[in-house]
Amino acid sequence: MSSLLQHPGHEEESLQRVSDQLPCREVQAGTLLSLMGQPHQYSYPSIFIYGHRSSGKSHVLHVLLKELELPHAPVSCVECVSVALLFEQVLLSFFGADAASLLPRSPSLSDFVRVYRNQCSQSPAEQTRYIVMEKAELLRDADANLLPALLRLQELVEDNVTVILLSEIVWDKFRPNTGCFEPLLLHFPDYSKGELQHILSHDRHPSYSAEFYSSYINILLGVFYSVCRDLRELRHLPHAMNVAFTCFCVSSVKETDTHKLWRNMEPHLKKAMQTVYLREVSSLQWEKMQQMEEKESGALRGLSAHTHVELPYYSKFLLIAAYLASYNPARTDKRFFLKHHGKIRKTNFLKKNEKTSNHLLGPKPFPLDRLLAIFYSVVDSRVAPTASIFSQISSLVTLQLLTQVSHDDQLDAPKYKCAVSMDFICAISRTVNFEIVNYLYDFL
Amino acid sequence: VFVVNLWPSIFQGCFVFKPSAKKKKTALSLGALNFQQINNHQQNMFCLCKALQDELNRNILDSLLDFTRKCSSTRQHSDWASQMRASEIPTAALVLGVNVPDHDMTFQSLSDLLQQSVTPHVASVQAKECGALKHLMKRVLERLMDTVVDDEDEEEAEQTSAQLNKSVHCSLSTLCAWYNAKTKRCSHVGDDLQSPPLVIIFKDLEAFNPRVLQDFILICSRYIERLPLMFIFGIATSPSTIQHMLPHSVSSLLCIELFQSLSCTQHLATVIDKLILTPQFPFKLNGKVMQVLISIFLYHDFSVRNFIKGIQLALLEHFHSQPLSVLCCKKKAALLNVMHLGPQDLERIRQLQSFKRYVEKQDPQEQVNLFTDDTHLKEVCQKLIKNLRQYHKNYYPILRCLHTLTSSLPRYPLGKQIRELHLICLDKNIWENEDYQSAMKLLKMLAKDQLIALLQRCEEILQAAKSKNIKMALFMFLNNYYLTVAAEPSPSVEDSITSPVKNLQKKTDLFQLQKTLLEMNESRRSKKLSPFEALRNEALEFIDSLVKSDILPSCSSQTLNEVCYYTSSATVRRHLNATPRTSIQAALNIPYYYLQNDRLKTEDGIVSNAAPDICIVYKLHLECGRLINLYDWLEAYSTVVSAAEGNDPGSDNFGKVDDVKHARFIRAVSELEFLGFIKSTKQKTDHVARLTWGGC
Repeated sequence: MSSLLQHPGHEEESLQRVSDQLPCREVQAGTLLSLMGQPHQYSYPSIFIYGHRSSGKSHVLHVLLKELELPHAPVSCVECVSVALLFEQVLLSFFGADAASLLPRSPSLSDFVRVYRNQCSQSPAEQTRYIVMEKAELLRDADANLLPALLRLQELVEDNVTVILLSEIVWDKFRPNTGCFEPLLLHFPDYSKGELQHILSHDRHPSYSAEFYSSYINILLGVFYSVCRDLRELRHLPHAMNVAFTCFCVSSVKETDTHKLWRNMEPHLKKAMQTVYLREVSSLQWEKMQQMEEKESGALRGLSAHTHVELPYYSKFLLIAAYLASYNPARTDKRFFLKHHGKIRKTNFLKKNEKTSNHLLGPKPFPLDRLLAIFYSVVDSRVAPTASIFSQISSLVTLQLLTQVSHDDQLDAPKYKCAVSMDFICAISRTVNFEIVNYLYDFL
Repeated sequence: VFVVNLWPSIFQGCFVFKPSAKKKKTALSLGALNFQQINNHQQNMFCLCKALQDELNRNILDSLLDFTRKCSSTRQHSDWASQMRASEIPTAALVLGVNVPDHDMTFQSLSDLLQQSVTPHVASVQAKECGALKHLMKRVLERLMDTVVDDEDEEEAEQTSAQLNKSVHCSLSTLCAWYNAKTKRCSHVGDDLQSPPLVIIFKDLEAFNPRVLQDFILICSRYIERLPLMFIFGIATSPSTIQHMLPHSVSSLLCIELFQSLSCTQHLATVIDKLILTPQFPFKLNGKVMQVLISIFLYHDFSVRNFIKGIQLALLEHFHSQPLSVLCCKKKAALLNVMHLGPQDLERIRQLQSFKRYVEKQDPQEQVNLFTDDTHLKEVCQKLIKNLRQYHKNYYPILRCLHTLTSSLPRYPLGKQIRELHLICLDKNIWENEDYQSAMKLLKMLAKDQLIALLQRCEEILQAAKSKNIKMALFMFLNNYYLTVAAEPSPSVEDSITSPVKNLQKKTDLFQLQKTLLEMNESRRSKKLSPFEALRNEALEFIDSLVKSDILPSCSSQTLNEVCYYTSSATVRRHLNATPRTSIQAALNIPYYYLQNDRLKTEDGIVSNAAPDICIVYKLHLECGRLINLYDWLEAYSTVVSAAEGNDPGSDNFGKVDDVKHARFIRAVSELEFLGFIKSTKQKTDHVARLTWGGC
């Protein structure tokens, strides 16, 4: 296996360490190594690596560069809210804090290149320097000249430097209109089931034998592989199931009895599928719950089970009015809220394009006047138009139950949208004895 | 245009009567006394509220503190399980309810407690100061490190601190370096808590921009191995918002634990219980004021803090507007203050409704004495105040008793919450209420064990009550009841019923059957009460008499209740639940209401022509239809104003529009437009549209 990672210019020993830490990624690591060449050789100016989440991109690079002790600057594009931070981090990790402080405030790209060349003339590269940019897709939102410049940074600074971009998106989506230097593309494929099992078995708790743990992982994958292939999520699971697993291990004598293991673990796994996998329950709470299970069962509910919201009385009606205003066409208000509306059938209202349900189309914006008009006709008692009614509207907006459609600055006739679901509004209207279904155009 | 003076009166109440040393030496003026009293009351109430707040939040704060401690300690362990979890950021989701204004206090005490006992590094951020990721980062760093953080957008900072802060950049690596330096320094001192966690509190999660939050969490998770970060999310609605805001890829970086705080209605119940349903404070609210405060709470804001503020407002208003409130204080002070009352105050007492009612019940000689003899009146007043205090001492325990008995009855005839019962009792005599009768009937139908449990709880309440008088003795009596009831074996009712049934089983004809059934009915009706039933009736009658006697007649019928009870619900409503629209309309219709100028005094519905321009213009526009012709309007205005200037109606110049009038008119019209009464329209030239309807 280690033959894959044989490469001139690096010690055998460190290559061995690398291949130990990179199970199932030897091919990719080997390609990368051959691309990098020997440390003192110039490397290709830019390499673009893409692959799905948790397919080992960052991990492979991190291990390679660290174990082979190559000079590198890891940069996360999420963290770099401004280009200044990006430049600073690169200079900091190549030339130390002094170099970073040479950058002026709000530096431009040419400032960076100037400082870099300046520094690099003082300490020229003996080995290839690597800049690793994680989440490179965010570079597309940065200045237009940043990405093309990074791709041929080697030419700009005249130094032995290689930029490695990591992304979950293919290169086609990056290519700027004006064209640019084409980086080398490298794809990291998803792990196969066998590879996943191999990797997961590495995390084994020290007290179990490797073979036994591996069969346990096999069972686990059998349940979860159909819904989730994300290694990061899958690694979280055996740990979350740990308590049940230990319980079983204590009770059973024979470690080899996989059939028994399956029978014991399956119900736990099925249950975990609904809660732990969706992170409805944190791993810590799940663990606690499993310990308690013998005493009382089903005490813990997931995050999405808590949807009940307590609201003041008028806020409830304001929300109901907002929902009605969002989902009923304004023409139909007369039919719902006027006492003597005459006989107006639904067919009279129907326009051609309105045959689809309003609930499928989503909420529509409505002006404040309409909200208040519906509110006053819906609420059963006389309500004075006090300041607190208006402040309730704005607090509903901050609670994200309503959203303001018009701009904040527009004081005159603001527009809103209702942002709650049908179930939610039904629950709310049930608490105030209001039959909302009778007032909805879709349910006539 | 119109300044609505809501508050000055209150401030006068506080500050005009500052106790000067000179005044104190001479006779204690009412004002000085009042000021001290307000202070005392306020302080007592504040202390109690603070204590209450802490008490209510204790559970949840304690569990949060535990959570942080546990998280920071598991980081230092290196066993398998915690190693596996090391990549997740521990997060507490704190569900606080929709009353957002109340949250500040909770977060304040939370961060204080955290700083005292767990970690010095606590930063709390609000959504409104973190519009972008950069700002959020900056706030967090500033608050954690207690320094000014460099931000390239801020120009003014450049000159002053450019050199100093050059290295302090807005990134978590800066924080990392700072933290390492800090802990290295600390580790020399003590080894027990080597790495205190960095806690970041997001006060209002819903208001945060989801994008910003996601990025921040992603960045933090990159540093979690080097920095012991911890989040606390303050959630107002429901925990499912986390899932709405954060995609799975981000929320999987968090290890979320849920903490649910007490609901605000429970919170309110406790506050009412401790602040209002207690004889501790002599100051009381009458039924209407209570009703206003409670409905503001239930209908509008759910804010306990606003409720307490409302009580404070009522307190200030009471001491300001009611001179006799000097007597509203602790018993000894009140008795002393009675002796200091001046002739004017005594006259005020004689004018009180409740006192007049009291006088009417006395014999003629006594009546004369009360109206002429000041010293006698003072003595009587002392007696009455003692009575009032005694009444309050008895009132609350009995109220609680009655509540425990009735709160579990089907359909809650006297209300589910004790505050509802209290409101009923404040308004009128409770036994005149139909619901009370039905509640008593329902009580008689309760099963034995239920009734006994209820009576036992009543006993506990009465024993906790401090009043030493006859009630304790009476209660012993009650005690005997239920003991005997409990000891009584359940009477064998079945015997009497089963025997005729047995007879029935024999072969009978229709007539016979009818006869036996009638007999059965008869016997059941006239059947003697079983011992249990007799005892039960006696017990309930006792409770009934307790209620009916001097204990629960309505508070408003008590003599001198005006001293303690604040009654002006309209004032409270006006101040707490403002109606801007109504105020504007009142100002425009009746300018005298706010300006208090005698020239503006008019009869109803007529505006004096000396009124401000806008009032005249407003009044004129009420007479128009939906569209108003500007020129007609101007003419009418000019006529009114000319009359105000005293021009002779017969002269030629009368009603002529000159430049000044024209300008004044235009200004008034644009003010009306600003207030939202009219707007320009394109339907007709030289016309404006009315936005309100109705009028003259």
